[in-house]
Amino acid sequence: MTETLPRAGAGDPVVGRPIDRVDGPAKTTGAAVYSAEVAYPDLAYATLVPATISRGRITSIDTAAATAVRGVITVLTHENAPELKPPQPFNPFNFATFAAGTQVNYLKTDEIFWDGQPVALVVAETLEAAHEAAALVRVAYEERPSAVDFAAEEGNAQPQKANMVLPSGAKKGDAEAAFAASPVKVDLRFTTPPHNHNAIEPHATTAVWDGNRLTVHDSTQSIDWLRTHLALRFDVQPANVRVVSTYVGGGFGGKSVVWAGTILTALAARAIDRPVRMMLTREAVYHTVGARGAATQRVALGAGEDGRLTSLIHTTVARTSRVGGLPETLTSPSRHLYATPTMLLQQHLVEMDLIPPSPMRTPSEGIGSFALESAIDELAYQVGMDPIRFRMLNEPATNPVDGKAFSRRWLPEAYALGAEQFGWSERTPEPGSMRDGRWLVGMGVATAFHPAQQMAANVTVRLSVDGSVVVRCAFQEIGVGAATVQAQIAADALGVPFENVRVEYGDSDLPSSAAAIGSVQTATVANSLLEGCEKLKKRLRSLARRHGTTGQSHGETLARAGLPSLEVAIGSDTRVGKVTGQVKFFTRFLREQRRWMKAAYGAHFCEVRIDQDTGEVRVARWTGVFDFGRVINTKTATSQLRGGIIAGIGMALGEETLVDPRNGRIMNPSLAEYHLPVQADIPQIEVMCLDEPDPTMPLGLTGIGEVGPTGVAAAIANAVHHATGKRIRDLPLTLDKLL
Amino acid sequence: MKSFSYVAVSDVEDAVRAIAAEPNAKFLGGGTNLVDLMRENVERPDVLVDITRLPLNGIEELPDSGIRIGALVRNSELAAHPVIRTRYPMLSQAILHGASAQLRNMATVGGNLMQRTRCLYFYDSASPCNKREQGSGCTAIGGFTRGHAILGASEHCIATHPSDMAVALVALDAVVEVRSEHGTRRIPLADFHRLPGSTPHIETELAPDELITAVEVPGVPVAAMSRYRKVRDRASYAFALVSVAAAMEVRDGRVSAVRLALGGVAPKPWRAHEAEEALLGAPATEESFGRAADAALASAVGQGDNDFKIDLARRTLVATLRRLLTEGSAA
Repeated sequence: MTETLPRAGAGDPVVGRPIDRVDGPAKTTGAAVYSAEVAYPDLAYATLVPATISRGRITSIDTAAATAVRGVITVLTHENAPELKPPQPFNPFNFATFAAGTQVNYLKTDEIFWDGQPVALVVAETLEAAHEAAALVRVAYEERPSAVDFAAEEGNAQPQKANMVLPSGAKKGDAEAAFAASPVKVDLRFTTPPHNHNAIEPHATTAVWDGNRLTVHDSTQSIDWLRTHLALRFDVQPANVRVVSTYVGGGFGGKSVVWAGTILTALAARAIDRPVRMMLTREAVYHTVGARGAATQRVALGAGEDGRLTSLIHTTVARTSRVGGLPETLTSPSRHLYATPTMLLQQHLVEMDLIPPSPMRTPSEGIGSFALESAIDELAYQVGMDPIRFRMLNEPATNPVDGKAFSRRWLPEAYALGAEQFGWSERTPEPGSMRDGRWLVGMGVATAFHPAQQMAANVTVRLSVDGSVVVRCAFQEIGVGAATVQAQIAADALGVPFENVRVEYGDSDLPSSAAAIGSVQTATVANSLLEGCEKLKKRLRSLARRHGTTGQSHGETLARAGLPSLEVAIGSDTRVGKVTGQVKFFTRFLREQRRWMKAAYGAHFCEVRIDQDTGEVRVARWTGVFDFGRVINTKTATSQLRGGIIAGIGMALGEETLVDPRNGRIMNPSLAEYHLPVQADIPQIEVMCLDEPDPTMPLGLTGIGEVGPTGVAAAIANAVHHATGKRIRDLPLTLDKLL
Repeated sequence: MKSFSYVAVSDVEDAVRAIAAEPNAKFLGGGTNLVDLMRENVERPDVLVDITRLPLNGIEELPDSGIRIGALVRNSELAAHPVIRTRYPMLSQAILHGASAQLRNMATVGGNLMQRTRCLYFYDSASPCNKREQGSGCTAIGGFTRGHAILGASEHCIATHPSDMAVALVALDAVVEVRSEHGTRRIPLADFHRLPGSTPHIETELAPDELITAVEVPGVPVAAMSRYRKVRDRASYAFALVSVAAAMEVRDGRVSAVRLALGGVAPKPWRAHEAEEALLGAPATEESFGRAADAALASAVGQGDNDFKIDLARRTLVATLRRLLTEGSAA
């Protein structure tokens, strides 16, 4: 995709400035074309028919009435769907296998693994006809007993398998014995409900076949995985699959792997040999896109009378499915946040007949931090110490789980600045001691934390004789300003004005990039882009020497050399190039992994007000101070962090997917009944960034995509305790729990 | 959504004729609930009779200092009307606590009364529901019942009526004027919605061939001192867990007039007569408010998830009366 960049002040470096997003005008004027808006002649529309049982087999499927609806082209079921290869099993050393949301081969099986699994696909001339017909498909099932009630299944959990990417446990000394011997202790159980994705743009795909070549316009966080995955499923060469993803209306993990909507749109297009479009209904997002399952966590902390931790125990139970799923590493914050001589971390999973879990808005640290950061606050109260002082007392010098060095850690500075900005000193520590009329007032803090990683990206950088620069890389713009920050980075690296840089992204025809997941994208692309810019400058310097233009502009050098442009490439997408890239990536990954603990940190401060009669909780103000290395764009960074805090407020106060424990059916698949925060729930949010570069990361930056929501629910629960004296360890924190 | 035919009518006679002629027809007003239910395949009409062009959008003052509200007056217009805001603040507040600004701009007064429950199981066409299909069973019982009734439910249905506006109207003794080919009749709003009993699929006294033409609110002097309090799971755009419409006049420290109704707790907007009786003539104190709340909730029964609403309703009723006493009607 191509963008024309707005003018910025010429000459000065642009990294660190609040540059407007280059895609802003297109989005605000409606000119931006999303995946469900790409025009094709002869376009057909598809919609899914969901299973209404959780486990069993289809005994018959009657599509006669559906097929008879005027405008219906075909109804695909397991009885007539075209060929579709099964997904590859999960392999942690092959990122392409991450792409399968589930092992179920849609419409190639009569077996049902979750309520909502697609059992048919209606394709019609209009969306309305497709929807009308979908309601007329009659399916008969042979039901089998299913495991859908987490509370009932929890006891059947098994230890979670670890792998290189997702550790599952840790042991340091004898934590249970140390806990038993601790003079001060808390031993707490936390529960969190299932959560579902609600990106403002539901998953959307427009698919077109031309012979054996497939083009999909798809709302995705992972262009490369999607391309590889579709090639595998449709048995064509990856080079024959083009994925275009110009704009994505929010990802949050829900578009990181491939779900039924994308695959079945491509299948429908092949079946009728016409372009087909499908945008999932909100309900279908709940039915067919994995998200977060329910979890319970035990956090047991022991301390000496002096407040120093003696033991940290964090054990968790979450769910997976019988047909795949990417589990969370819920104990992640406990591996890193506090100095402790003993530690025991264990994770367990139970298989259930529900849609496979999948990354969702800060997997691992999102709800893991709720348990740990609530428990820390409780222990601070047991010790009789201010919760910030307690944290500073237990601040580690090296990574607690393995003694690795921190690449950078300015958490105490974040707390110090936040306390001053927020006015923490005005807080009286006694619970229930602050009031304002009918409102009980409470203030709470919690730590934000998300590990920093990078993956691999290929880029090309081209400089033209007119001084313009084109950066090409198939990264994903999921709404965070990705193209803008890379243009800033290239402009400074090459010493050209910001408006001279154009970034092409969002198309698998471009050099391949990693997925926009795990807060890795900015650092990943920046790393290759910086390398490319250096390579380009080296070539320019040598040209300048040869042509006597040293000290003159890049354009002069090219003109003198008689070159219209000069392009360099980092990485290659040939078969050999991909393998080489993968080896290079894993080598660096393992080396870095052994050497450094890298992360983004933050200190959340919030004030809540609770109606003394009804228990309604209102978040009154928020200050978040973050330490995530170098800030590339203060505007997009603070916007993303603010959004993350809002997401955290949603998780704390409202969000809960109601999975009926009697049959595994999701009963609130809508924005009316799944309670995300509305504008009136959100206070003024002050976001501050320390802007201290990380010496081990490209440009000193770490990712910021996911650190924002971590710790938010704990900060609110801690503030609620301060206001009321009540500890709520069960999310969401609804008013009935405070009556 | 099922395909349907659409007719637009321009006078009331045509409207009632059109609805009588077609057994599976529905009137289309703002469409904010009906169209939603059609998308969910809960409502499956063959014909929609668009009544939005009928001349039923006036608000007129009545000689008894009451007011007559045309059935097609938009919710937002009614809430903003100066007479409503000064004589019946709780009605204006109730409307403004419902839905969103966009929905209130579309929704009509008649449609607001006719909106259907947001019971999760009613909305899910794969779950048996006695409202959708008589005798199929109630899936809500034993399921997620946070939004369900603690008063007036039956073993066949525990759904709540979702309206905020109707809660204030029932406290004001509003009367619904309806019209059919056979003429006009007036139904007190208190009787307009039915309790489910064994026929939860019949929700109102409105016959299939009748059209709501107006709602009349009599002069109720005490209503000038009134408030509406809605308690819900987020600050806006959520249905009431519990709501209270309260009007009270205090003379010489004693309650001389009172109107109380509850929302979010019953299959219909719930007039709390027992509470009014307990309060009338009593000293305007926290104790009296508590006794009134106890009277209002004497027969309340929880379903599990919603047990807390009995306590919440009591607290909200007391708190609303307390605030009325200390802060008056100010929203």
